[in-house]
Amino acid sequence: MLTDFGRILIYLLIGAVFTAGGLIGSWLLRPRRPYPDKLSTYECGEEPVGNTWVKFNIRFYVVALIFIVFDVEVVFLFPWALVFKGLGMFAFIEMAVFLTILVVGYAYVWVKGDLDWDKPAPKVSRYVKGVGVVSDETTEIEEHATA
Amino acid sequence: MGLLDSQFDNSNIVITSLDNLLNWARLSSLWQMQFGLACCAIEMMAASASNFDMMRFGVIPRATPRQCDVMIVSGTVTLKMASRIKRLYDQMSEPRYVISMGSCSNCGGPYWEHGYHVLKGVDRVIPVDVYVPGCPPRPEALIEGLMKLQEKVRNESLAKKKNA
Repeated sequence: MLTDFGRILIYLLIGAVFTAGGLIGSWLLRPRRPYPDKLSTYECGEEPVGNTWVKFNIRFYVVALIFIVFDVEVVFLFPWALVFKGLGMFAFIEMAVFLTILVVGYAYVWVKGDLDWDKPAPKVSRYVKGVGVVSDETTEIEEHATA
Repeated sequence: MGLLDSQFDNSNIVITSLDNLLNWARLSSLWQMQFGLACCAIEMMAASASNFDMMRFGVIPRATPRQCDVMIVSGTVTLKMASRIKRLYDQMSEPRYVISMGSCSNCGGPYWEHGYHVLKGVDRVIPVDVYVPGCPPRPEALIEGLMKLQEKVRNESLAKKKNA
């Protein structure tokens, strides 16, 4: 007689055989004609530039973490709201403590400046009489040179 | 001859060859590359929409060439686009098919003589399986072209090459 874990074992075995069978079957039947253009990275038909391992700004990571924290908080709020009437004041205080901890964390992140995004200042070019259209950096250099 | 023609009476058993099974699987799920070039693309979208419902033939638009079986070149192929089309075709996984939709991609269409920027037929860069005439073709015409392609796939064999 199978135990409950025995059934899980059979389930795992069937899953492994099913997956491997599909992969092996298609490996046997599919045409294999690789060449460099076919294997190149898909970039909407454009010539691929560089490789796919590009660097993202580390700030996305902080924002994503903060989002996850408050996302999960809302998930906890829903069942709490369902049973709130039955539990009464005790549940309210518990949730208030929980929310306070999260808000303190949020305030900490805010004060530390992790939410401030570095915005590069736009380079504005302007017209200088006798010189032509110049960007600000070049005029600074020129002014420095004349001074 | 369809796959189910070789079914036994009153039974769930079908005998067939591997060729038939493969062809049946391939022609029943010709996933289409999701891109349009010009006004023919509007008719292609109409063919995918509910009135004509090309999806009942198993034609599902996919956003990457790796998952696609058929490329519907729907519209004017400019010289600039031609190199992209070639690259996209190269990036599709085999077996892959091409439907040339409309006069422009068949032969240059209204730009056949003085169109300095138009490729005179997409078959100059990629092999075409089915040509659908029209300017633009109605969705019914595109669906007929698709069924012609399905007939072509049905008669393929593992033993002989696709374009032999």
